[in-house]
Amino acid sequence: MNPVNYLYLAALLFTIGASGVLIRRNAIVVFMCVELMLNACNLALVAFSRMHGNLDGQIIAFFTMVVAAAEVVVGLAIIVSLFRSRHSASVDDASLMKL
Amino acid sequence: MTDLAAYTTSTGEAFQFWVLGTIAVIGALCTVFMKKAVHSALCLAGTMIILAVFYLANGAYFLGIVQVVVYTGAIMMLFLFVVMLVGVTAADSLKETIKGQRWLALLCGLGFGILLYAGIGNASLNEFNGLGQANAGGNVEGLAALIFTKYVFAFELTGALLITAAVGAMVLTHRERTERAKTQREMAEERVREGKQLPPLPAPGVYARHNAVDIAGLLPDGTASELTVIKTLRERGQIRDVSNEAINDLKALEQRAEERLGREEEATK
Amino acid sequence: MENLIALLVVAPLLGAAVLLCGGRRLDAVGHWIGTVLAAASFVIGAILFADMLGKGAEEREMTQHLFSWVPVEGFQADVAFQLDQLSMTFVLLISGVGSLIHVYSIGYMEHDERRRRFFGYLNLFLAAMLLLVLADNYLLLYVGWEGVGLASYLLIGFWQHKPSAATAAKKAFLVNRVGDMGLSIAIMLMFAWFGTFAFGPVLEATGETSEGKLTAIGLMLLLAACGKSAQVPLQSWLGDAMEGPTPVSALIHAATMVTAGVYLIVRSGAIFNGAPDAQLAVTVVGAVTLLFGAIVGCAKDDIKKALAGSTMSQIGYMILAAGLGPIGYVFAIMHLVTHGFFKAGLFLGAGSVMHGMNDEVDMRKYGGLRKYMPVTFVTFGLGYLAIIGFPGLSGFFSKDKIIEAAFAKGGTEGWILGGVALLGAAITAYYMTRVMLMTFFGEERWRHAPTPSPAEPSVEPAAETHGEHAEPHPHESPSSMTIPMIVLAFGSVFAGAFFGIGDRFIHWLEPVTGHAHGHPPVSALTVTLSTVAVMVIGVGLAYAQYGRRPVPVVAPRGSLLTRAARRDLLQDDFNHVVLVRGGEHLTRSLVYVDHTLVDGVVNGTAASMGGLSGRLRRLQNGFARSYAVSMFGGAAVLIAATLLMRAV
Repeated sequence: MNPVNYLYLAALLFTIGASGVLIRRNAIVVFMCVELMLNACNLALVAFSRMHGNLDGQIIAFFTMVVAAAEVVVGLAIIVSLFRSRHSASVDDASLMKL
Repeated sequence: MTDLAAYTTSTGEAFQFWVLGTIAVIGALCTVFMKKAVHSALCLAGTMIILAVFYLANGAYFLGIVQVVVYTGAIMMLFLFVVMLVGVTAADSLKETIKGQRWLALLCGLGFGILLYAGIGNASLNEFNGLGQANAGGNVEGLAALIFTKYVFAFELTGALLITAAVGAMVLTHRERTERAKTQREMAEERVREGKQLPPLPAPGVYARHNAVDIAGLLPDGTASELTVIKTLRERGQIRDVSNEAINDLKALEQRAEERLGREEEATK
Repeated sequence: MENLIALLVVAPLLGAAVLLCGGRRLDAVGHWIGTVLAAASFVIGAILFADMLGKGAEEREMTQHLFSWVPVEGFQADVAFQLDQLSMTFVLLISGVGSLIHVYSIGYMEHDERRRRFFGYLNLFLAAMLLLVLADNYLLLYVGWEGVGLASYLLIGFWQHKPSAATAAKKAFLVNRVGDMGLSIAIMLMFAWFGTFAFGPVLEATGETSEGKLTAIGLMLLLAACGKSAQVPLQSWLGDAMEGPTPVSALIHAATMVTAGVYLIVRSGAIFNGAPDAQLAVTVVGAVTLLFGAIVGCAKDDIKKALAGSTMSQIGYMILAAGLGPIGYVFAIMHLVTHGFFKAGLFLGAGSVMHGMNDEVDMRKYGGLRKYMPVTFVTFGLGYLAIIGFPGLSGFFSKDKIIEAAFAKGGTEGWILGGVALLGAAITAYYMTRVMLMTFFGEERWRHAPTPSPAEPSVEPAAETHGEHAEPHPHESPSSMTIPMIVLAFGSVFAGAFFGIGDRFIHWLEPVTGHAHGHPPVSALTVTLSTVAVMVIGVGLAYAQYGRRPVPVVAPRGSLLTRAARRDLLQDDFNHVVLVRGGEHLTRSLVYVDHTLVDGVVNGTAASMGGLSGRLRRLQNGFARSYAVSMFGGAAVLIAATLLMRAV
């Protein structure tokens, strides 16, 4: 098997995650889909690291994880406060920015 | 470790890839299409663990462990907490409300995927150096050497980012009480003023037989009253309708009572 | 000495400023201030003149540089004055005749409560005209040119309570604007082609400029001259300008304003010398106007309008002479000066007659006034003899020279121009004799003057405005009015002989304008004799018509030509039909095009943009997921673009 297949898998997962972001209305699930996309990227980075024979790809994946952790903390806090004020976790309900 | 440097992987790894890869894709799809957020979270956790295995297979031992500990262990648990906090809402429905959104999403997803595949296929990725040399002194040591030399500023910045995120989350969720809490008297007066529901809400349960919170109280004509059940259960649709059951129970009770009375009658004869 | 030049302009300008800003407290002395400052200008002019006479002919030009007006690299506009023999002639004429008219106005405007303001305007008029003739470049000349236009507007409309006066002022201003446009275009052309508009460099540069360019500039200058000097086709304002007070008419016709066009053409002689086509146009305009004005003058019963027609005709002579080139420049200026004397005298005389006749202007209601106004009669009569070219008087010398020069043009043109000039002389004699006879001779028609019926169209409107049909009591005017008339009469009599005998005037002006002796196809004596002959014929005709037969008090219907001439040869009708109607049609069609085509395009664009944005607006639906689709699609496009670039 050619390790390029890892990249194909990453692309597939990324696309599924992106579609989920577009389709789902529950903010929490949308957020999970974003995490899925991040993980797909990480997989691709790890595969790159192996192809090039150095560890820089892994370092970047590591940073991605850290940033994702920070992002999850803030994002979930936003969802919670949104739910508190609007009694709904739907992303469509927060649609005031329009004419 | 030497096999990592090969142009092709070992048969074992190939077998592992195809099996686990399939499960990972199914998990991802389930994440998207599961109706309940809890199920989505669980599927995602599964996918992430499989990804951790793939990291290990690719020579990223440190990341594989971190993936399990941080992602599946910490982040996904955070998700679950929030799911519990928010509860079940109408947003869980998979019914599309924006016109054309689903088709557009599908079109974009397909186009994006095909283009991505074309891009990967187009790139000349046939050379594999493998990580044998890079991991020679140990994966963790190798990473550490890079993080604390080449990437030290980025590392320090991520530290600052994490602290900022923690403070930010606290600021977002923390709510200072700026006004006095309403007293019971004030709430009662407010209810009278609104004039919608003067007395306290009716209690759930039917007679003394069904007093569980998921069973609606019956109105005099025998139909169930939704008012008696709490909102979360109502939205989840977890109300047990017991009106027929209750009426049947009543009939049975009467019958039994008559039988006993009849027997007693007979006995008196 | 040079430093005095600016004072020529400053003195009357100061008068205008003081009188117009001073307010009512100057009412009692305002006319004296104005007159003294105008006279001061004349005295300075006389001092400069004396100084100039003391120098050799080639060293007489003086310049004074006041300040740089617009100093930009490659663009120099200075406020600088140039006083040479030509300017000197004009300065003396303007300030001299102007001062006399000031003196006359003291008496004439005595009962007008806005006399101070009137003198302010008169001073402004003088200042603007002096600036015009003293400027050493075309831009400063243009300032004076516009100043003259402004002052004429203010003075013609001085009795603004009369709608006719206000309209006449507006008309004069508007028609002048057409001419001003010509001058401004000419100046722009000069700047574009020569890079300067100072007289010296421009006139020197004409030598190496193509004829086409010179013709363009020349024609534009001619348009300017037509406007200011009331030449066909921009002549229509002059007749209506008679609505102003009579001294204003005298000032406009004799000393200022209408002479500006002649000055401009003579000053720009070098340009016209290099452009024969433009010169031909000038002579044609002059010849046509000469006959036009003369014919109009024959038919008018309003004494001032008859004189206005005469002015038009005489300026036509000057323009004709100026168009002849070096053989005519000097005679144009000479006729201008002599005309300044006798026309001022005639107008002041007419004003004096009106003064004594309750402001009646219809000559058919005059008659036999010589007994009642002896001084006016004598001075007017001398002016009359001068204008018809009675041998020995000033008009004889100057007009005869112009006719001679016209013949000297040579070829068919010379015969035609000379013939027209001769014919004009005959008509001049005719209409001036008519004015003279109707005013001062014959029976006293003003006694028992019938009340004019309102249905009679030929009655001049001016008679009705005053509405005094009581019998007038003709009397001589006060000395403040008669003295200027006497002085001017002296000028009318002797100026021509003084200038003409021994070619004095030619020697005086030659260094500036140049002079070439023409050679008429017939001898000069023949021309002179025929001029006198046609003059006698004109006088005789007029005498046969107006002297031997009684003049009807109500104008007869007259021939077609007479009726047309009474309407100024249909000039206003022509303007109305061609310009006003044409303009209306043009604007209407332009408005139509604007509404349908231009507005259609603009509104259509706006509507389609509005519709498009109305649809695009729906993209802004507020749903984050819709925006996410756009982002995702954009990312796909980016990948596609990257792949495409790699493939290429």
